[in-house]
Amino acid sequence: MAITMIKGQVGLTGNSAIAYAMKQINPDVCAAYPITPSTQVVEEFSSYVADGKVDTEFITVESEHSAMSACIGASAAGARVMTATSSQGLALMWEMLYIASGMRLPIVLTDVNRALSAPINIHCDHSDSMGARDSGWIQIYSETVQEAYDNLFQAVRIAENEKVLLPVMVCLDGFITSHAIENISLIVDDDIKQFIGEYKAQHPLLDTDHPVTYGAMTLPDTYIEFKRQQSEAIARAKDVVSEIGKEFGNRFGREYGLMEKYKLDDAEAAIVILSSAAGTTKVAVDELRKAGKKVGILRPRLFRPFPFEEIAGALKNVKAVAVLDRADSMSGFGGPLFNEIRSALYELEKRPKVVSRIFGLGGRDYMVKDAVQVFDELLGIFKTGKIETLMKYITL
Amino acid sequence: MATLKELSKRDELFSGGHRLCSGCGIPPIVRLVLRAANGPVVATTATGCLEVGTTIYPYTAWRIPWIHSAFENAAATISGIETAYRAFKKRGKIPQDKKIKFIAFGGDGGTYDIGLQALSGALERGHNFLYLCYDNGAYMNTGIQRSGATPFGAATTTSPAGDIIPGKRETRKDLTRIVVAHNISYVAQASPHNWADLSKKAEKALQADGPSFLNVISPCPLGWYSKPEESIEAAKVAVDTCYWVLYEVESGVLKINYKPKEKKPISEWLKMQARFKHLLKPENKESLDKLQKSIDAEWERLLGLDGKFV
Ligand SMILES: Cc1ncc(C[n+]2csc(CCOP(=O)(O)OP(=O)(O)O)c2C)c(N)n1
Repeated sequence: MAITMIKGQVGLTGNSAIAYAMKQINPDVCAAYPITPSTQVVEEFSSYVADGKVDTEFITVESEHSAMSACIGASAAGARVMTATSSQGLALMWEMLYIASGMRLPIVLTDVNRALSAPINIHCDHSDSMGARDSGWIQIYSETVQEAYDNLFQAVRIAENEKVLLPVMVCLDGFITSHAIENISLIVDDDIKQFIGEYKAQHPLLDTDHPVTYGAMTLPDTYIEFKRQQSEAIARAKDVVSEIGKEFGNRFGREYGLMEKYKLDDAEAAIVILSSAAGTTKVAVDELRKAGKKVGILRPRLFRPFPFEEIAGALKNVKAVAVLDRADSMSGFGGPLFNEIRSALYELEKRPKVVSRIFGLGGRDYMVKDAVQVFDELLGIFKTGKIETLMKYITL
Repeated sequence: MATLKELSKRDELFSGGHRLCSGCGIPPIVRLVLRAANGPVVATTATGCLEVGTTIYPYTAWRIPWIHSAFENAAATISGIETAYRAFKKRGKIPQDKKIKFIAFGGDGGTYDIGLQALSGALERGHNFLYLCYDNGAYMNTGIQRSGATPFGAATTTSPAGDIIPGKRETRKDLTRIVVAHNISYVAQASPHNWADLSKKAEKALQADGPSFLNVISPCPLGWYSKPEESIEAAKVAVDTCYWVLYEVESGVLKINYKPKEKKPISEWLKMQARFKHLLKPENKESLDKLQKSIDAEWERLLGLDGKFV
């Protein structure tokens, strides 16, 4: 697709923006398999390959399991590697996700969030990436097309940072963000090149003069040390994400942090929510603010590593919080995000009341009125100090 | 083809001290194939005996760059490595005159069964690599469970010879034939007892244009209930009974590389292995005959194709 800029802005779908970012990154290797709603990323990227716009070696593998396996092989070989998938595709990769992170391979994956079967459904929710939340991948959730585009470049830098060396998953909402056209600012190729730099792997398999063994069998005498090192590496990623988000801001004018706080400073009630639904919630906040209600939003951008101290700090003065999960943990204690948030708040002297709301599964619309309703409930909790329903489904 | 003398002078790329069992067919196969590569080589191995036996951390038997990632994906992993190589060549990150060879090793479980899809995909995509299946006829690493390669009648821990069911009831999958159907330039069956044939085939496979495939029978004293000191003999008898035919398909033309002067009855091979003990009892004669018949039929089929374009 030919992309022409109008006054520095161009209308792109999330998928086209991701494919375009991948073109600008021009990785050594891309291995991918189509699945709705991320297919377009793979299709458009293959056009860039076919037209010679990139000189990436593109492998059209026969499954997502093989996509991630090939990414692992290529990354261990020393290449800069990218892929994209959704839902069942990510689920099929699951075994290999752990191997990518355990081998400390800086692969960058775009997950266009989609519900998991059954029942089969192609629309947005976060059950796919939440299912991979403990796989050792850094996870960044994007609210908008612009952010998804910007996140991809930062993901490359974060993954390859020598203090980190871990794979990164950039998430954006299926259809809502992947297929909606938004006016975004593109960064010129040379600036991207400078920002991401060259990747030089430390122990590439292709350095045949210095043979290394990857994937050795470990026994109980060493496994846990490897896992601790990995755990420390992903914890270090938090500061790296902040630094790179700042540097990105300095260079390109759009700064990114660990989270976005929207009218949160003096808020009595707040919704915590990921990705595109934060946009809808902002409209509700603006409306309620006009009516004099003190409401706000916390939108975590970084979910793994989970910045629990910063999040607790951001919510410490709020009195009532609703955590909205676009995924259920099926009889866990609330949704996955709720779980983390509520746990993060536990150390506070004065804890806000926190409720769990599961919404929007399988692409069910989440409207401004839904957010308003949640805020109304929260303001009630603020007044009475009592929670009527701790956990429930909304948008039914 | 390299002579034995030449081969013996090449670097030993697979060190001793690994933990594979005595009498295991895998080490002689791997050593010979790595010698045949004669130059830089990068390998991957599917989960299984070869992987576990060579790498218990912090040790490694591999003196070449090597990776194990999972069980079913050796072909996909090598696809990624080989693709990175092509990307680096294109971008001048590897000198143009440097040639690296790529090998994926997998057991029969990792190849015939769980890894078949990844293998088929990699063959179809045409990556430049050799896939070597060491076929010991069961999932040995996890304790001798039956695989698609387990011979008809064999007792394994999931197809035991019981009071009613005398071992595996299904005829083995003909993987070599499945691979041939991918129309790649070189496919062969080999055996470690015939080092000259195996070595020559490895050389051809590694020089082939695009993917190549070697299916190599690999005796397993533990799983075959055979004597470790008779492993190489057991491989030879497998070939002399035509259970394991040494043949190759080069650019589509099939050639039988060895025709026994006197084809031995399959019972000669079975009696070396206690996994077939029950088959030699009179009450299981029907099963034994069935096995013999299927071997005869396959041998006839291959004889009919010898020298022909398949
Ligand atoms: C997805 C998956 N399923 C099962 C296993 C357990 N497993 C490890 S090795 C193995 C058997 C390997 O058999 P084969 O490929 O024949 O090689 P061998 O053990 O004979 O060397 C099995 C079942 C695994 N590691 N991964």
